[in-house]
Amino acid sequence: MAITLSGDQSIPAPPLTSRLTTAQVWGIVLLAPYLLVFLAFVVYPVGYGLWLARAPSNYVALYNDPIFARAAVNTLIFLVIGINIKMVIALFLSGFFAQQRTWIKWLSVIFILPWAVPSIPTILSVRFMLNPEWGVINHLIFSFTGDDGPNWLNDPTVALSMAIGVHIWKSLPFWTLILITGRLAIAQDLFEAAEVDGANWWQKFRFITWPSMQTLYITCTLLSMIWTLGDFNSVYLLTGGGPADLTHVLSTLGIRYLRLDQLSLAMASIVCAMPFVLPLVYFMMKRLSR
Amino acid sequence: MKLPGVSEFSWRDVATEARLLLIGIPVFLWTMIPIYHMFLFAISPKEDAFSGKLWPDHPTLHNFEIVFKQQHYFLRDFYVQFWNSVVIAAAVGALTLVIATAAAFSISRLKVPGGRMVLNLALFTYFIPAAFLAVPMYRTMGNYGLLNNRWSLILAMVTIASPYAIWVLKQASDKLPVELDEAAVMDGATTLQIFRLVYLPLMMPSLVAIGTYAVLLAWNEYLYAFLLLSNDQDITLPVALGNFLAADDSPWELLMTTGFIYALPPAAVYYAFRRYMVGGLTAGAVKS
Repeated sequence: MAITLSGDQSIPAPPLTSRLTTAQVWGIVLLAPYLLVFLAFVVYPVGYGLWLARAPSNYVALYNDPIFARAAVNTLIFLVIGINIKMVIALFLSGFFAQQRTWIKWLSVIFILPWAVPSIPTILSVRFMLNPEWGVINHLIFSFTGDDGPNWLNDPTVALSMAIGVHIWKSLPFWTLILITGRLAIAQDLFEAAEVDGANWWQKFRFITWPSMQTLYITCTLLSMIWTLGDFNSVYLLTGGGPADLTHVLSTLGIRYLRLDQLSLAMASIVCAMPFVLPLVYFMMKRLSR
Repeated sequence: MKLPGVSEFSWRDVATEARLLLIGIPVFLWTMIPIYHMFLFAISPKEDAFSGKLWPDHPTLHNFEIVFKQQHYFLRDFYVQFWNSVVIAAAVGALTLVIATAAAFSISRLKVPGGRMVLNLALFTYFIPAAFLAVPMYRTMGNYGLLNNRWSLILAMVTIASPYAIWVLKQASDKLPVELDEAAVMDGATTLQIFRLVYLPLMMPSLVAIGTYAVLLAWNEYLYAFLLLSNDQDITLPVALGNFLAADDSPWELLMTTGFIYALPPAAVYYAFRRYMVGGLTAGAVKS
């Protein structure tokens, strides 16, 4: 056994295994698979992507690309208009589905379908319904009015509205479900007391439902913003970004650059969204990890 | 006050019911029209499908026959692609469950040092918009030499499913009383025995919910599948459906039939496990 004499040499730490309990060693072993996945498929890609996007020339190129400006505006429209419409409807429908009726229970079972089934066949189904020549919508318009209906996906404003509609169709059930959970958590005697006092439905909503659900509603709206930013399908499968690349949002634009083999531009377009995304992420993490 | 079993006719109730129907009917139509339209195409001969009728003159199962017998060049690899979807979804479900359960047990029950930080890192991934992560991940899979290999899609989907899975499972584990673990230790159980004999059985409902969630996520995924796989023999069915669109004269009735077939398993899985999913997943999604 060697005895260390020099004063600056500290006493060697005991071997790792004796400092950690067996349970902790198992803890590390069991946590390792996720850490590996996280390092290999989140940390490395994100770091590598940021490194690729580092040159300022990328941002100049983006700034000069009119499609980028259009996509940024479209993304804002999608978030501000689309999400608020969706969440207000979800809040309203959560009240409807919270009613105790057998037929409403059955309807709620059907209502979940858009969320449970894959996007691709249903969004393509909508795309065909909107087809100006063969789509069922224009057939109906023709049979009632005798006029040809509009070319739905040929006008960028209309096409973007339709994409927002598809997004709402797909994600409304999930948010309604969450808000129903929130509604059912409100104590019923509050409503009964309000009823005795002769409150109408608006007063009950204004003074009982909304105060109890406000925080949940805001959290859902923020989380929905983050997820909507990642929604590629609604726009890509309905319009493909067209006509003339005027309905792109940041998520489809990033993939478009990627397909054109312009990875640094793809990353740069995403980096541009970060000042907007990171505060949302920070807020959500604070809320969830309380 | 209404007595149970005594039904009183009242105009007030009728008015309430009518108001509810006024919401219920549009909700039903809004939900079902795209799905019904898909079904309508699947049972219509081509002429009827394109004529804008709300019910075909001659409903037929012929489209299903074409798909199942692969009688169109778009459908050459139907079974292979369907099987790819099955294998990938099953692998994602299994791998996510293993990784997330181990991590949740480690963080929640073993209180591993740094566990809290790992959970926060996982949550951070959960909040990266999926299409944004796809861009660098595509290139990374290329660097790893995994492009066009089904492992690339499996690992990508596990990366996306795990954070939420760990989060929900950790929430559920925290609710299990710590005395259970202590009692098992007193009886001389090792950590692994606690995991296998005490923890896993109690966590079963949450595990079912998370497994279903991961399988549905992988089954329904389009973007990552479309980026990471490209050979006709390797792609999943949604990618094949997307490729239909590239042709000028797409056989829409077959596209819709295949899509309808593809949409049935997730709907069935969802309804089979609905009871677990609604409780297990919504509780973790947003803590109110």
